Amino acid sequence: MPTVTDVVCPLCGCLCDDIRVEVEGNAVKKVRGACAVGRAKILGHGRLKSPLLREGDELKECSYEEAIKRAAEILAAARRPLLYGWSCTVCETHKVGILLAEVLGGVIDNTASVCHGPTVQAVQGVGLPTCTLGEVKNRADLVIFWGANPVEAHGNHMRRYSYLTKGWFRPEGKKDRKLVVVDVRESRTARMADIFIRVEPNKDYLVLAALRAIVNGFADVVPESVGGVPKERLVELAEMMKTAQFGIIFFGMGLTQSRYKHNNIEQAISLVRDLYAFTKFAIMPMRGHYNVTGFNQVCTWQTGFPFAVDLARGYAWYNPGETAANDVLSRKECDAALIVASDPAAHFPAECVKHLAKIPLVVIDPYPSPTTEIADVVIPSAVCGVEAEGTAYRMDKVPLRLRKLVETEFLTDEEILERLLDEVLKIKGLQ
Amino acid sequence: MAELLIKNGIVFDPINGVKGEKMDICIKDGKVVESVSSEARVIDASGCIVMPGGVDAHTHVAGGKVNAGRLLRPEDGRKGLEPRTGVCRACSGYSVPNTFATGYRYAKMGYTFLMEPAMPPLKARHMHEELMDTPIVDKAGMPLLDNNWMTLQYAKSGDVEKLAAYIAWMINATKGYGVKIVNPGGTEAWGWRKNCGLEDPVPYFDVTPAEIIKALAEANERLSLPHSIHLHANRLGQPGNYETTLKTYDLVKGTKPSRKRQVMHATHVQFHSYGGTNWGNFESKADEIAKYVDQHEHVTIDLGAVMLGDTTTMTADGPMEYNLYLLTGRKWTNCDVELETGSGITPFLYSGKVAVNTIQWAIGMELALLVKDPWKVVLTTDHPNGGPFITYPILISLLMSRKRREEVMKEVHSVINERALLPTIERELDWYEVAVMTRGTPAKILGLHEHGKGHLGVGADADVAIYEISPEETDAGKIQKALLNAKYTIKGGEVVVKDGEVVAVPEGRTFYVDVRYEDEAVWKEMLSDLEKMFKEYYTVSLANYPVQDDYVPKPYVIKAGAAE
Amino acid sequence: MKLITGRTIEQGQNLENKLSEEYQKVVAVCELSEDDMKAVGVSEGNNVKVKTQFGEVVVVAKKADGNPQGIAFIPMGPWANAVVGGDTGGVGMPQFKGIDAEIERTSENVPSVRELLKSLGV
Repeated sequence: MPTVTDVVCPLCGCLCDDIRVEVEGNAVKKVRGACAVGRAKILGHGRLKSPLLREGDELKECSYEEAIKRAAEILAAARRPLLYGWSCTVCETHKVGILLAEVLGGVIDNTASVCHGPTVQAVQGVGLPTCTLGEVKNRADLVIFWGANPVEAHGNHMRRYSYLTKGWFRPEGKKDRKLVVVDVRESRTARMADIFIRVEPNKDYLVLAALRAIVNGFADVVPESVGGVPKERLVELAEMMKTAQFGIIFFGMGLTQSRYKHNNIEQAISLVRDLYAFTKFAIMPMRGHYNVTGFNQVCTWQTGFPFAVDLARGYAWYNPGETAANDVLSRKECDAALIVASDPAAHFPAECVKHLAKIPLVVIDPYPSPTTEIADVVIPSAVCGVEAEGTAYRMDKVPLRLRKLVETEFLTDEEILERLLDEVLKIKGLQ
Repeated sequence: MAELLIKNGIVFDPINGVKGEKMDICIKDGKVVESVSSEARVIDASGCIVMPGGVDAHTHVAGGKVNAGRLLRPEDGRKGLEPRTGVCRACSGYSVPNTFATGYRYAKMGYTFLMEPAMPPLKARHMHEELMDTPIVDKAGMPLLDNNWMTLQYAKSGDVEKLAAYIAWMINATKGYGVKIVNPGGTEAWGWRKNCGLEDPVPYFDVTPAEIIKALAEANERLSLPHSIHLHANRLGQPGNYETTLKTYDLVKGTKPSRKRQVMHATHVQFHSYGGTNWGNFESKADEIAKYVDQHEHVTIDLGAVMLGDTTTMTADGPMEYNLYLLTGRKWTNCDVELETGSGITPFLYSGKVAVNTIQWAIGMELALLVKDPWKVVLTTDHPNGGPFITYPILISLLMSRKRREEVMKEVHSVINERALLPTIERELDWYEVAVMTRGTPAKILGLHEHGKGHLGVGADADVAIYEISPEETDAGKIQKALLNAKYTIKGGEVVVKDGEVVAVPEGRTFYVDVRYEDEAVWKEMLSDLEKMFKEYYTVSLANYPVQDDYVPKPYVIKAGAAE
Repeated sequence: MKLITGRTIEQGQNLENKLSEEYQKVVAVCELSEDDMKAVGVSEGNNVKVKTQFGEVVVVAKKADGNPQGIAFIPMGPWANAVVGGDTGGVGMPQFKGIDAEIERTSENVPSVRELLKSLGV
């Protein structure tokens, strides 16, 4: 069976690119080298077979032309459409999506607003001292996961990049490194740690602030216990950080989604900046979906801003808290939505899903999902990284090109959006 | 295809020795031709200055750190908001404009070629994606090749042949234009939070920046690349660094150029022309640098002039950016790139109330005015480090008008009279010299004059800028206005700007070099070293590293080395 | 109790499979420490009702040794989001972790995804 090597996995922000896939009879048969979650993605699942149009309670099969035409009518008629998702498709799709949002004068946003959007906001306040993953592989002797659980969410991260792997200056791999995990519970990742620090929920901000005080020589203002963590453990951690040769903090939803959100991240980044006075340190967000980073990159170079971009004025207006997807949904402001490569009906708070279900909804995705269940138009697309090529950006912003492994009859997200854009321009008389 | 006849303009075409002659320019099928038929569309350029399209040899407009700069600064994004039109996409930004604004605004200034001077090879794909989204202008990018572990090892062992093989492989893999060097050795040392002066050995790799520079210069000439090495020297921004600068230039005095050009292009030299020993006695040494450049033929420079105002600094000089952050306490982003390079980004305000900034502002102009031969000077602000490219018209008007300089000097810090040279300089650039520094020199140093750029001789690309101003005009304000919004910009024979508005948005081409290294045995050895790097140390696979053709949909390929 | 929601391997393996029983089995669960399960009066496999100020949902109780007392974990998905609020506090991000919750035994059934969507008044 012919094996395709150096396949780029299209699941999470690790973007592992050494996957080996056996293809036979135009189908993926075996996947080697990927983690359990990546393997499931590449092997595939039952999928949408045909475009669908809603008639009452049911979704009925139709042609691509009918679906795209109806979708264009919905979006062109909307006064404030929301174009959301984007993180599970390639950058080539994003470019068409952003142009479409500009033509429609809509709000375009990606999953970062429920993932590392707060990180972006913190970065816009203090910056981001970071590196690519290979710097960790080759130099890091102190690895900290804070509010992140790579064993479950980024399966190959520790093996390929951050802990187990050997590097130029770390030839013994894990033996050359210390692993610290900070979390509210003993996750699967925490069980691997040399040091596990348990923080009370919503208290990470205090713990980070305490660490900064200690690092900067103000340990005397720190109480005996902070956020459930005894002071001596924090003093110990601060010392480890200051004396590391190269330390890195990987952080996740534990910091972005708990109370204080971007303020947590601002503290974590500031802690790393403080540590620069003593040694080399870096901090990196664990990006979730494989191309959430890519959308933020494309959106930034094309509109000037990374997500939650409102184009109603004809230029980009960026104000998360006002222009993010959950904002316009919870305020019931959008009157139509286009969801591409994402599943907000599964991942948004119920009250936002309620409004999403009420308004005319167009969904472009290979798979049936809670979002397709409430849609008015469903357009199936090819699976990027398996059936379609394109660009994706890893969590450390390294861009790679996804491969096409098999032929498909499904249109790609890019093709669907281009046709949709064409139809919209026709309706608006802008051809 | 379309014929154009530009009539009665006053033409400045330095490469062809045209210094302000009234003449017609004929265009057909995107090229300059001898004559056109009576069907040609006539553009009346009477009373206007006509020049080849501008060539910016060093401007940070596309790639990882540029985008990190945009993301870092939504406040900059909000400064330049322009709604979409029937022709143009929405625009944003001032010092870090979005890619569409970059293309439109450069075109409106009459520029038609941009060189992105620093791409980390691992992220080359990103730079190409942004270049693809930069409309109208032709463009290229240079990979950073001086802190790469392969380079460090070959420079240490003195193996110029293997280094040349590696450079060739990298330029091809990144679809790049030439060899970029930024704080050689120092950015690798920054991986451990250290830095290197010219003679300091890089930690672990035990090779000095001086050795790296010499080896890269030789490898560059060995491959006979169109451009020379393009160098951001060590100790950028530090008081007293001019000595390092001159020592650096001396390193390659004896290197034989493989083409009729310089052996080293030194970039944003303003930042490297500092005297004094600390910020308190900081002073201009532009005269020392200018003297050296006057006396030697192997070095060319670009200004990297500072413009007063807020901007965003971004370079691959990680340690220098960190120090700038320590100075200002403003936000700071850093990104080290495995096995290759790094970058730092922080906003900066050059204020005329601050002594040091005032001297910096003076130095950029001093270099332009003290170097006698304009063919050794390219006009840049190292956008956005010294200032945004949109300030070029202001810079040019200051260089052309002593009166204007004196007006501004009255408003800045009085230290300019003590520790800078600008008040003593009477020289004013004329239009010919301006055309040399913005068209002639940049095209020649890059080797682009052999590929249709920077001149209007028969066969050249029909890239033309028409400015509504008489060459006799001396008023700085009028000069600025005319240069900011061209009366016409023509790109590849198509009118893209008319009366300061963008009217067409063709896609430009990405220029890159395809270089062949012919010694098969050496090539094999280099490849085996490279494969080991990927297998053991990189986090991407060798097969996924090279930039695919999909990222250069409109390529212009220049062959070099054994491929020529 | 403080409720957190987040990723698990099994949830990730079923990202494209959310209308299936397999997905419901691995995502419509609430992980509790042994002590908390005792306090609520349930064993592994019993149903529990999770209530927050934003809503309530019935899921299956599951033992998690790593959870300290007072922390409940529901994998991200429609069941978790039935009890997460939509207000983003001016940041764009809803609070998916650290939510005050009450957990009680229940004999009600775990709703399917479709039933959950219906209950939104869709």
